Amino acid sequence: MRNTAMNMVHKLAARDERVLYIGSDPGAGTLRAMSKEFPKRHLIEGISEAHIIGMSAGLAMEGFVPYVNTIATFLTRRCYEQVAVDLCLHNLPVRLIANGGGLVYAPLGPTHQAIEDIAIMRALPNMTVVCPCDADEAARLMEQTLDWTGPIYIRLGKGGDAIVSRAEHGFEIGKAILMRPPGDVVMVTTGIMLQRALAAADLLAAQGIRAGILHMHTVKPLDTEALLQAIRGTRLVATLEEHVPSGGLGSAVAEALIDKLGSGLPAMLRLSLPDRFMHNYGSQDSLLKKHGLSADAIATSIARALIASPTSSPQLHST
Amino acid sequence: MTQISPHAEAALTCTLDERSLYLRRLVLGSVRSAGRGHVGPALSLIEMVRVLYDDVLRIDPSNPRDPARDRAILSKGHGCLALYALLADRGFFPLSELDGFCGPDSILGGHPEYGMVPGIEASTGALGHGLSIGVGLALAARLRERTYRTFVLLGDGEINEGSVWEAAMGAAKHGLDNLVALIDYNKLQSYGPTDYVLPLEPLADKWRSFGFAVQELNGHDVGALRTVLKQVPAVPGKPTAVICHTVKGKGLPAAESNADWHHKNKLTDSELDAIRVAVGDF
Repeated sequence: MRNTAMNMVHKLAARDERVLYIGSDPGAGTLRAMSKEFPKRHLIEGISEAHIIGMSAGLAMEGFVPYVNTIATFLTRRCYEQVAVDLCLHNLPVRLIANGGGLVYAPLGPTHQAIEDIAIMRALPNMTVVCPCDADEAARLMEQTLDWTGPIYIRLGKGGDAIVSRAEHGFEIGKAILMRPPGDVVMVTTGIMLQRALAAADLLAAQGIRAGILHMHTVKPLDTEALLQAIRGTRLVATLEEHVPSGGLGSAVAEALIDKLGSGLPAMLRLSLPDRFMHNYGSQDSLLKKHGLSADAIATSIARALIASPTSSPQLHST
Repeated sequence: MTQISPHAEAALTCTLDERSLYLRRLVLGSVRSAGRGHVGPALSLIEMVRVLYDDVLRIDPSNPRDPARDRAILSKGHGCLALYALLADRGFFPLSELDGFCGPDSILGGHPEYGMVPGIEASTGALGHGLSIGVGLALAARLRERTYRTFVLLGDGEINEGSVWEAAMGAAKHGLDNLVALIDYNKLQSYGPTDYVLPLEPLADKWRSFGFAVQELNGHDVGALRTVLKQVPAVPGKPTAVICHTVKGKGLPAAESNADWHHKNKLTDSELDAIRVAVGDF
């Protein structure tokens, strides 16, 4: 996913002279081809994230579209005030390409695990937050970033994630994709939780439970209409996220449902990481499994929640 | 003990001409109307802003977004009263706006906002942001082969922020000789003396070692400011830092070098009388 997103920056740069790549201190050879073809627009600015965000704001004020790239935690925690003030307050078209969203850097420990990035980025006015599920979807997303108004936070996965997105679904920032029709339950996913949801849906189907999947690649702005459509007639809404429980996809979905439905809310299950830093290493998969976010664990949690939830569908309606 | 710069001594003793007094009357009128404002940080800054807007910047108040204009960012956004006075006097917006400072429907807040105030290039107030934005503006000029220059006004307390020194390294890396950092070195931040809060000396050597061409002067000396600011870049291929030795609260004896006047709420009748004596009726 990361290589695809990087290559897309090069491709966009070839198409549009406003495009800049700005890295802090990325891996050796990052976008080497672009650095040769467009040396003036391939900028490596050092481990100085606060400065880089401000500098990108200045470049965007002059009509450039900077794609800023480093590890997700450094792109969010270190320079949060610059993101808030320089980018969001000025509503500038800077793209933050965050390597290693979620638990990708599991072996490197909690300093490198972006577990609250969606929450803090989503909290900022004017910010758009997108979490593609695989390399193909990352490519489709990048195509749309050139002319999107305002800043975008792009949470990338590990790379090598199974390709599950489909070209026929298209891609539009802010428009959720219904991957499986709603049934007894609808799972709402973002990022690489989609792959787990698809596998969990198969496991549930084997138990006679019909599970829908709404892929909410854009967490902000949230596609509330698609959400309301997808939950109609279901007994349970389950949100799946590689993120702490506060402020992420589960929160966004709950807020939207409360705002739109008020009373008559559906039963809801929020599956997420716990509200604590990870002190285990291993791999992204092993940490997800440890915290109940493997396909098996998701299916089990949903089946259990369905038993506890009312058998009749809640009276869902859109307002 | 740090040796006192002759420029700092000159800043303490130099007199102000009528235009400088007039601009102070505008600033203090805003404070009187609003019942609040950062007085000391604005009064130390006035001559720096005055010379920029009167003599140096290539700007057109009737076309504040002219692509060819020079860019100026007040990174120490809390000094905005000085900038508002200049912008109003130069016709970016009506002088009457100054009376609405911090009011519910005013365009003029306690820190300047891009998009609200004609002539403001960037919203500032959180410190340590302006120089990085300035690096971006200056680099954009380089990439686009444009001739505008970028001036960034920084406070001395502000440069406690590490991001300023990240930006300084970036400016030097790119050899941005179209970028000028002006440091309002009044030696007094909110709590007290910069030497106490976080010593900055040797300040000129710091900027020099970060790759800047450095000039030092009395920041209330209009002539010296004109001479230096009209000769940028000081050294081709290098960004310029102009260390302006100033006096916080300059022009008001009660406020000079007095941290209590960093931010001032309602002015008392006796304070207003003292102001009239110092800068004239307003």
